[in-house]
Amino acid sequence: MHAPSMSLPIKLDRVGYSAGGVEILKDISLTLASTSPTIVLGPNGAGKSVLLRLCHGLLTPTSGSISTGNMNVSIEHTALLFQRPVMLRRTTIANVIYALSHSEPQERKARAFQLLSRVGLAQLAYRPARKLSGGEQQRVALARAWARDPKILFLDEPTANLDPAATRAVEDIVQEIAATGVKIVMATHDLGQARRLAGDVVFLHQGCAIEHTPAERFFNSPCSIEAAKFLRGELLA
Amino acid sequence: MPDVSNAAALALSLVFSGDPGLWHIVGLSLAVSLSAVMIAALIGLPVGGMLALGRFRGRDILVVIFNAAMGLPPVVVGLAVYLLLSRSGPLGFFGILFTPKAMVIAQAVLVFPIVVALSRQVIEDLWAEYSEQLRSLGSSRAASVGTLLWDGRFSLVTVLLAGFGRAAAEVGAIMIVGGNIDGFTRTMTTAIALETSKGDLPLALALGMVLLVLVIFVNAGAWGMQRVGQWLVDA
Repeated sequence: MHAPSMSLPIKLDRVGYSAGGVEILKDISLTLASTSPTIVLGPNGAGKSVLLRLCHGLLTPTSGSISTGNMNVSIEHTALLFQRPVMLRRTTIANVIYALSHSEPQERKARAFQLLSRVGLAQLAYRPARKLSGGEQQRVALARAWARDPKILFLDEPTANLDPAATRAVEDIVQEIAATGVKIVMATHDLGQARRLAGDVVFLHQGCAIEHTPAERFFNSPCSIEAAKFLRGELLA
Repeated sequence: MPDVSNAAALALSLVFSGDPGLWHIVGLSLAVSLSAVMIAALIGLPVGGMLALGRFRGRDILVVIFNAAMGLPPVVVGLAVYLLLSRSGPLGFFGILFTPKAMVIAQAVLVFPIVVALSRQVIEDLWAEYSEQLRSLGSSRAASVGTLLWDGRFSLVTVLLAGFGRAAAEVGAIMIVGGNIDGFTRTMTTAIALETSKGDLPLALALGMVLLVLVIFVNAGAWGMQRVGQWLVDA
């Protein structure tokens, strides 16, 4: 259990990111202060993944700055669930133990088992992780991210490649993690998923944060034309 | 031109005669080459991994040097090790020139660049897939080298086999530092060279066949282990 106040607000101050001469994010200023899950919505290529990687600390902004709980961004205090997690070529439990480098060696195995139970995979602990199904791998990845004891968990379209049952399992685990006081920031372009989980919504389009509103308002009467079009299922240019 | 079928028959009769001289030669060949590969692997795999992930000045030059050193001429390596180990050389006090130890050292020097250069490539390719994930899990660059060496273990078996092939096939280095002393430092390849120069071509050819079969057995064993392991672990 963390006091959410320790990691909040996540503050982006005029953040820009360019790679190879292409401007991917432009002048983004956001303050994510609420403890309920934040959903980052937007079409493909809007810059959702890059935004999460910047907040996690995998990338460094080319301009502006990001802080969490008034501290510099640090990989130590946050975790990121990738759309396609890389499973190490070892057993499922070894994958989780790998992420427990910060805990006492003699406690790691018990803790890994505990985490695998919470994602419903304890019975597969000694199966090679790469032999698991996509949905099971994503749950291992969740256990691994959870093992990092993050104060903020970023999720980059974690269910984009999963069927409804596997998606449901992932969402249940995400809500369980959220219930322990971990701030959730999740990118998706699945509107149903956004409705189910969102406390507030950040809408990205062409590298700009076009709006940031509480979920209910976003889904009923979005402020921007682009978001309204996106919600109606129209294709954004 | 010796008759190949005669040589094959001779090879078979050599193998089944139970000639202790032959088995000593076979055993020494295997022991020297496998030891050399083991030593080269112990040092070379971590060096290859660090070279793959390292970001330091001169890294590219080192990569090119190791790639080039895969083609080191065995006689040149043999000569260098000979000069180092000879009585008047800097390592002469060990007194190991013309012993199997010297042969292991010479072959390890030959195999080392192969292990470094090929494992560097394997690890670098793996790093492209793993880097974001490992960083996200809080693994330092140095710790990632170990992770990648373990996760690349099946590809690295092939690297070690390439090194073993090099060691088992060479004659120039061990001839110089071992001296081809009968019953002490004579191996398959030095015996083949000797019999050829003596003109006993059927015997030379027969020994060559035994060596080939031996190398095939080692490779088959390693390949089988690799396939089973990969099947157990990989999707």
